[in-house]
Amino acid sequence: MPLLEISSLAVDYRTSRGTVHAVEDVSFSLEKGETLGLAGESGSGKSTLGLSIMRLVPYPGIIAKGRIKIDEKDVLELSDENMRSIRGRKVAYVFQDPMISLNPVKRISAHFTQLIITHEPKTKKEEAYGRARDILKKLGILPERINDYPHQFSGGMRQRIMIGLAIALNPDLVIADEPTTALDVIVQAKILDLLESLRKIYGMALVLISHDVSILLERCDKIIVMYAGHMVEYANSTELYKNPKHPYTQGLLKSIPNIELVDQKLSAIPGSPPNMLHPLKGCHFLPRCAYANEKCSVKEPPLVDMGNNHFVRCFLDEEGANGE
Amino acid sequence: MVNEIIKAEQLKKYFPVQKSFLEQLLTRKPSYVKAVDNVSFSIKKGEIFTLAGESGCGKTTTGRLIVRLLKPTSGEIHFNDEDITKFKGEKLRLLRRKMQIIFQDPYASLSPRMKLGDAVGHPLEIHELAEGEEKKKMVLDVLHKVGLTPPEQFVSLFPHQLSGGQRQRAALARSIVLKPEFIVADEPVSMIDVSLRTTIIDLMLDLRKELELTYLFITHDLAVAKYISDRIAIMYLGKIIEMGSKESLFLNPLHPYTQALLSAIPVPNPERKRKMIELSGEVPSAINVPSGCRFHPRCPLARFECIRKEPELVEVERDHSVSCLLYWNR
Amino acid sequence: MSENKIKSVLARCIPGLTSLAKKGPSGWMIIVGMVIVLGLVVMTAIGPWISPYNPSASNVGPSIAPPNSQFLMGTNVLGQDMLSRVLCGGSIMLQVAALSVLICFIMGVPIGLFSSYIGGFVDSVFSLVMDALYAFPGLVIAIAIAAMLGPGIINMSLSIAVVYIPTYFRIVRSQVLSIKELAYTEAARATGAKWHTILFRYIFPNVIPSIVVVTTINFADAVLTAAGLTFIGLGVSIDIPDWGLDLTKGRELLASGAWWVITFPGIMIILLALGFTFIGEGLSELQNPKLQR
Repeated sequence: MPLLEISSLAVDYRTSRGTVHAVEDVSFSLEKGETLGLAGESGSGKSTLGLSIMRLVPYPGIIAKGRIKIDEKDVLELSDENMRSIRGRKVAYVFQDPMISLNPVKRISAHFTQLIITHEPKTKKEEAYGRARDILKKLGILPERINDYPHQFSGGMRQRIMIGLAIALNPDLVIADEPTTALDVIVQAKILDLLESLRKIYGMALVLISHDVSILLERCDKIIVMYAGHMVEYANSTELYKNPKHPYTQGLLKSIPNIELVDQKLSAIPGSPPNMLHPLKGCHFLPRCAYANEKCSVKEPPLVDMGNNHFVRCFLDEEGANGE
Repeated sequence: MVNEIIKAEQLKKYFPVQKSFLEQLLTRKPSYVKAVDNVSFSIKKGEIFTLAGESGCGKTTTGRLIVRLLKPTSGEIHFNDEDITKFKGEKLRLLRRKMQIIFQDPYASLSPRMKLGDAVGHPLEIHELAEGEEKKKMVLDVLHKVGLTPPEQFVSLFPHQLSGGQRQRAALARSIVLKPEFIVADEPVSMIDVSLRTTIIDLMLDLRKELELTYLFITHDLAVAKYISDRIAIMYLGKIIEMGSKESLFLNPLHPYTQALLSAIPVPNPERKRKMIELSGEVPSAINVPSGCRFHPRCPLARFECIRKEPELVEVERDHSVSCLLYWNR
Repeated sequence: MSENKIKSVLARCIPGLTSLAKKGPSGWMIIVGMVIVLGLVVMTAIGPWISPYNPSASNVGPSIAPPNSQFLMGTNVLGQDMLSRVLCGGSIMLQVAALSVLICFIMGVPIGLFSSYIGGFVDSVFSLVMDALYAFPGLVIAIAIAAMLGPGIINMSLSIAVVYIPTYFRIVRSQVLSIKELAYTEAARATGAKWHTILFRYIFPNVIPSIVVVTTINFADAVLTAAGLTFIGLGVSIDIPDWGLDLTKGRELLASGAWWVITFPGIMIILLALGFTFIGEGLSELQNPKLQR
């Protein structure tokens, strides 16, 4: 029984300038303890997808279609109150920018105790306080600093605190949206290591959202590549790395510098990011695809099962190649 | 010597720390943020010299010092063998024609209320180099060079009508319209989609060939640095701690910080089990710089003398210098 | 105005209006506000021609007559037709509002621009002065200055303007301070632009959007302050029909049950202020960061 099961999810933003289909027809599942990476660039919809799992899509966003099942329960059917009890407890979110996500006038201890007591009302304050200290220790922060305010911490430490708040209630699933984008590479590595070690201790599943595919390839079991709101490829990391099938994935992998290669020839994907207000008919990747043909402009390609848990949204030929 | 287009000698930039009224009364000593603390390097004509390091290391400040957007607290800057440190007024304005800078944020690089053609052509107006039809022609020409084609279409667009990559190209166009010799590029691709970065980088490389440019490239992304640079200098807390050719630095990183930095870079290969060098603590503030070697509190190889003696850049092999006491007695 | 001119003005307005309408409720607010303001301006302009009676002529009807078929809005104590007075009474208010906004703008904006761009000691001094002015309640200062200067359109405008200059200063200053740090300002410096070029070509055009909003709110406030000043007797002379004046006169009559003398001019004042406020609110809503991706 998978922990998280998403079927045909579609999320729209209804703006005065038109409707943006931020997420379209996304389906995947996640087992307990697995890591899933959501890769994508501007307009891919990865952040919206992450938010929708927690029903946190901001106005004017709306979940238009599909099902989100956490532990077999469809969260789209839950009342607001029931949803709130799931947030934080079963599923937790680590936001991108720790600078603005922590309340500057509350001490760190208050952040933790309020969170714990809200969800577990029977907890005594001292007990919550003690648990907070324990968590700080696991985060690598001196427990004595528990009474400090957010501005007294550096960016990296604040992000750790965010992660600590996310795991405080021992959730089954943590969604981390670009947790390291604002951080330097050494701090980034430490944060990701921290996430990994906490994951092992608490046994939680992790959805890691990032535009940095290198991180995802390194740290995730499975990866979904998003483009223009669609899942264009979904496979295990090793399979994705060795055998990318979608032209976007291929282009993406060829554009990432690998510091271990000696004379690397980098290439870019021609064209510009997709215009989400005026989407094209047919495959959204068409203007930038080297293998495009007439089929691609007529209708959207279906998600093809390549076997080995590898799915590609592309009009492939019989051998499973992109064709010329 | 004429081969060196830029020479920075012992550059320092200290920013006074703003204190509250009471603090100003009570404490005697002023404190400074030592953003750039005794930095020296030279850039050869036609090369791409990269200043790399994490945030707060002083690379951005150094870049701005070189183009004289900031005044150095002390030290000298030489451009084509001429001391430009104290240039003012008209001399400085004329100098600006030869050195330009492009910035990290493509969304803030262009005034939202200026059409592209006006923005790109404005430098020509400022220096009274061209006007009317001639100016228009030069603008179209430079827009074409950066790949914004057809240029006639882009001239009347506003920045919000362009994508991030296109805006960065426009910023590049503006920087080359005066036909400069030297460009400082401050994190030009870090806010651009990964799959598009190479287009901008390749464009910069093409322009280097076509217009005989020299670049000072500033970045925190060592992978990008590896791709584009000829020579690299790694900065930490206001100092250059290792400097050399790209090959020597990546094949044989000497400074413990460089080694840790390189080990922390994610490798896009799920089968590679990377071993990261652990650094304790975090980057200290540039106001209270650690004594001796600035890196000693975090250095896995620190020895007792590192607390007391401050190392200097010493050439260890050809075109490879490092500032670390481990290499001092060779 | 020739027909062609009107046509060309309309031709340029219509695409602007339709794009405004498309922008949702904020756009609608702006259009409604503009219609109200324009309507009142036109009404005041052609007032003298369309009013049934001479607004200043006394005894055209019985004194304090309630609204009836002959006098749709009743008459006041002097037997003057209220409807005519309402149609013509906006002129002083509009003049005062326009003049005070103009003075404010001409004084507040340049001082704000220069002070914040120069920075340092100059900026501290100006900020201190402006903050001191800002600390006073607007109406109190306006009353004080109007009392010193005496009645008259220009004096009224001056007293209102003084109150609002600090607001313009503050808004311009906060915008300039943040724009000064942006990359395109640095780029202009790096290209060798002189300070006045940077200030007027790069900074000022980006400050304008915020000023426009303040200006409309300024109008609304000026209208209300002008009414207030007239109400306490610091307004203009008695001969010219004026909503504010009628407000004052009408107040005395309220006790005796003659509600129409104060009500109709009062509604006009509120409408005018509302119209400006709608425009200002709509504009500020539109300028808020829209859907960000």
